[in-house]
Amino acid sequence: MTEIRYLAPGTLEDAVGAFAAAQAAAAGSARILAGGTDLLVQMRAGVVRPGTIIDIKKIEEMTAITEQPDGGFVIGAAVSGATLHDHPRFGQVWPGVLEAINLIGSKQVQGRASPGGNLCNASPAGDSVPAMIAAGAVVTIQGPNGRRTLPVEKVPAGPGRTTLQPGEILVSFTLPPRPKGSSDAYLRMIPRTEMDIAVVGCGVSLTLAGGTVTAARVGLGAVAPVPLLVEDAAKALIGSKLEESALEAAAAACRAACNPINDKRGTIAYRTKVAGVLLKRVTAVAAERAGRS
Amino acid sequence: MARIHVTTTINGEPMEFLCEPQQSLLDALRNNLGLTGTKEGCGTGDCGACSITFDGRLTCSCLVLAVEAEGHEIGTIEGMAQGETLHPLQRKFLEMAALQCGICTPGVLIAARALLEKNPDPTETEVRFGLAGNLCRCTGYDKIVRAVMETAAEMRETAS
Amino acid sequence: MNVITPAENKWIGTRTVRPDGADKVTGRAAYAADTTMPGMIWGKVLRSPHAHAVIKSIDTSKAEALPGVKAMVTAKDIVDFPTDKSVMLGIQDMRWMCRNVMAREKALFHGHPIAAVAATTEEIAAEACRLIDVQYEVLPHAIEIEDAIKPDAPILHPFLQHEGKPSNIAGTMVAKLGDIEQGFAEAEVVIERTFRTRPVHQGYIEPHACTVSYAADGRATIWSSSQGQFMVRAMTSLLTGVPQSNIRAIPAEIGGGFGAKTIIYLEPLALLLSKKSGRPVKMVMSRDEVMRATGPTSGSLSTVKIGAKKDGTIVAAQGTFYLQAGCLPGSPIRGPVGCSFAPYAIPHVLSVGYDVVCNRSKVAAYRAPGAPIGAYATECVLDELAEKLGIDPLELRHRNSAKTGMKAAYGATFNQVTFEETIEAIQNHEHYKTPLEKNPRPGIKRGRGVASGFWYNAGGESSAQVNLTEDGNVVVITGHPDVGGSRASIANVTAELLGVEHDRVSVIIGDTASIGFSNLTGGSRVTFASAMVVTQSVEKVIGQLKERAAKIWKIDPEAVIYENGACRPAGPNAGQFPPLALKDLAAKANETGGPIGAGVQLNTQGADPGFATHVVDVEVDVDLGIVRVLRYTAAQDVGRALHPSYVEGQIQGGVVQGIGWALSEEYLYDKQGRLDNANFLDYRMPVCSDVPMIEAVVLEIPNPRHPQGVKGVGEAPIVPPLAAIANAVHDALGRRFYSLPMSPPKVTEVMDLPLAAE
Repeated sequence: MTEIRYLAPGTLEDAVGAFAAAQAAAAGSARILAGGTDLLVQMRAGVVRPGTIIDIKKIEEMTAITEQPDGGFVIGAAVSGATLHDHPRFGQVWPGVLEAINLIGSKQVQGRASPGGNLCNASPAGDSVPAMIAAGAVVTIQGPNGRRTLPVEKVPAGPGRTTLQPGEILVSFTLPPRPKGSSDAYLRMIPRTEMDIAVVGCGVSLTLAGGTVTAARVGLGAVAPVPLLVEDAAKALIGSKLEESALEAAAAACRAACNPINDKRGTIAYRTKVAGVLLKRVTAVAAERAGRS
Repeated sequence: MARIHVTTTINGEPMEFLCEPQQSLLDALRNNLGLTGTKEGCGTGDCGACSITFDGRLTCSCLVLAVEAEGHEIGTIEGMAQGETLHPLQRKFLEMAALQCGICTPGVLIAARALLEKNPDPTETEVRFGLAGNLCRCTGYDKIVRAVMETAAEMRETAS
Repeated sequence: MNVITPAENKWIGTRTVRPDGADKVTGRAAYAADTTMPGMIWGKVLRSPHAHAVIKSIDTSKAEALPGVKAMVTAKDIVDFPTDKSVMLGIQDMRWMCRNVMAREKALFHGHPIAAVAATTEEIAAEACRLIDVQYEVLPHAIEIEDAIKPDAPILHPFLQHEGKPSNIAGTMVAKLGDIEQGFAEAEVVIERTFRTRPVHQGYIEPHACTVSYAADGRATIWSSSQGQFMVRAMTSLLTGVPQSNIRAIPAEIGGGFGAKTIIYLEPLALLLSKKSGRPVKMVMSRDEVMRATGPTSGSLSTVKIGAKKDGTIVAAQGTFYLQAGCLPGSPIRGPVGCSFAPYAIPHVLSVGYDVVCNRSKVAAYRAPGAPIGAYATECVLDELAEKLGIDPLELRHRNSAKTGMKAAYGATFNQVTFEETIEAIQNHEHYKTPLEKNPRPGIKRGRGVASGFWYNAGGESSAQVNLTEDGNVVVITGHPDVGGSRASIANVTAELLGVEHDRVSVIIGDTASIGFSNLTGGSRVTFASAMVVTQSVEKVIGQLKERAAKIWKIDPEAVIYENGACRPAGPNAGQFPPLALKDLAAKANETGGPIGAGVQLNTQGADPGFATHVVDVEVDVDLGIVRVLRYTAAQDVGRALHPSYVEGQIQGGVVQGIGWALSEEYLYDKQGRLDNANFLDYRMPVCSDVPMIEAVVLEIPNPRHPQGVKGVGEAPIVPPLAAIANAVHDALGRRFYSLPMSPPKVTEVMDLPLAAE
């Protein structure tokens, strides 16, 4: 039986060094441990059998929430959903991102699960990802060759795969400052009221001026191998006053963007239909929030 | 195999144990420390029977590595009553028959306590969503929800 | 028999704290997986990765060479019951049980045990399982009923024949009354529909687990959770060849069973591993194993045809029920065949069930086994019939209710029918009388549905022992694992009958060495049967108390009465002596003749069937196809609620299991015949936020053949919900659903179909 090493480095440099060294020794044998809510399940099922587990929760940058002077936020990749929920400001500025992160699993799972883990687990159905895409989040990545940034939608490469290079660790999410009249929302379709994986998830971020949409981004999850940025849907919304015709055009764009599979959680026909339904509902919530702020 | 030495605090008491690196905290609590009040229903974080608090935060002990407990504070069902004095939730669960087989009960109680600590006056909907991570197959949840709400009311009265 | 009236009760009918309660809220209660033994090692099961395959060879040499591996078991270690001769234990045929606990000729489902290993740690045992080299010849499989009964279906068992040919139809059952052809000829309106349900799992939160210690003297002790320690003893004995007298089965607290723990999976394997290794062996299933390899209930394909006169008089009913047995015979066809039409006075009935084997795990009992499947079809057809006839659906049921003294198609003559009372309870309930706002918001539709249900209930063998302690307390021992508060009910009865404070009564569940034979906790029989044997035991204890008092007073025992917890002189001696309380007599037990205590063992008779009628309101999110239950009211005749909270709890729990069955639970298989959702994430049982409060309307119409008037409670509540919810969804959407679960994709699919011209 293979020997497993558990490491809990205190600095990012040490973590990257250990991660790169372990991966160099045997590709894919090292795993990053943030909340562990996916990793422990995969280990138990025998899907992954890591030789080295690198716990990143002792690294300050990865567990910090920082509101920047310009009003943007930097969220450490290992911040738990419950910690983010308790932050006094984050949910006011990014209610959609927060509600998406807070939909990952139960209250128990929220105590551990992180947006970084949700992204790097690279499930097409991860709840936080469409909301992060809609928010225009940029991730910071550190690896053996230093730091780089990437739009969040560029991280997933397919089910269970990311574009991170060997030895690279996802450090944080940077969310931009919000102009006046902006807000966001996230909704997902699940058969139960809780404890399910999204059959479809949709995040919308909007800026309104005098009732007209001046900026919009739409993220869609569980309808393709990776969560999608649906630019055509955003285009349909921008410049509109969210009339039914604009909403229907955006919904049609979402349906057109779908490339889902039939699986135990939903059919192609159902997922495609629901993508359009959710777009309209999420947009309404985001617009109401934007109008209020 | 190299076992790892872990120093932690469980229910307010300092504890030490040896564990395998891949061992879950649930497994360590039950099999290394004999704290079998925390139950395993699924091992995948979907049923809540293994609910504990980790530095005060509700979590599933099946989703935490035992080694992660190093230097942290763990709360389990065994620490809920103070000697012979039951926690108000425990008492109310007995009075209102909020358990049948009882296997989910420790997890439900830990989750309910965490809920009331954050929200002393929850609505029925808030209780239901607060306990959505705890599967119960016997009760249909009715008496559990009522007992949590009754306890909350009683605790508010006692506090005021 | 004298039935005690509620007005006279101090404890019966009150909401006392259950005897096992404090242990269960503090984590002290010991369930199956909580037992450890010095020197204990761990057992694990290697399971088939294929749905259907010949086992060509099993090479355990590499596994046995792994350091830490202590023992290995395969089918050759299990007692073989040849397929040509039935050996029954209760309703279980050991021919099938021996092939269920370990695959013999073939692996018959994805998850079928192939071998078991015991090693010093769980990890080594798991690694050893990976090192066992099994050569399979994979065979075509049949998962669904249609696949299993088509002419060229892969045959699971060559020895099973139907109509003279090898077949996957393992058996049939027929119930009939009158002449079905004549009945339909008399009918003015006939509705015939076909329905499908999916296999659903009992979903107990406690996985199967046991610890077994086999000692050098050939005696074994089993700690496990089950719905019957005597079943564990007998079945383990039959499968291992160790005589029953050498097995002691100790019942752990049981973390839910709902029928599925009326058979065993691990105990014989652990016993053999312990015997071979000389060490105590613990085995605990994972959730994945529970879902893959323990019995769900059957999926079904049912056709129900009902004929009525225009005035609503039902004249004929025909049911054809195909139920999946899983990989070995034994589906609960008795449920739909017998229960579907039983609540109704129908002169012409033909009800036929087919037991169909397929490459799934063998089904196990689940709460009113099979009855919900039959009621789903029947009660949905009745709803359509009521609609067509323009009669209120409850009124239709009321007009056709069976009556006391009638003979049911399944053979029994009813001693007491209380079906009409359950219908009236709903008709008169504020829920049913309050109109439902059917279109509350755009995109949201609401509907209301009703349905009824029937369950046989049961008596059977039970034993009890009631002893007084020297300090005047009472210890009651029964032989039934307590799945939902039966100890609380027994404590109430004992305290009532002995006239003592409730907290002076302890109720213990005895192991197989400490109490007489007691049949399974199942069939809604435990409170009925154990209250009966406890009552008779207490009556004997009271007789002894009177004798002791008479001895002290030097009067005739006939001249002593026992009331309010004390013996008093009666007749000519009344008032002559101060009363002697139970406590005083217990303290003087030894000087007056020895310890005081008595036991009774009975094959209890006189169980009356259970009737239930439910009403439910649902809300449908039309665009997403999501159905939510808004309000639920369930009326049931329970005879007498010894402990009302646990009676309500049975009803509430049964209803919510029914909600899951109707809306979200199902077994999903991939093309290779592998179970695709063996976890609580994708096997969707209702969570707390999915359901409303469940109002239980508890009707107490005493069973005249029980000392307290008790009727079985636990099973009838799961019978009506499937149909009640389907009928409510129809009321909301104007569409009928003929298959479960009514999951969101299915609802939207039906909504997108053009409305059929009817």
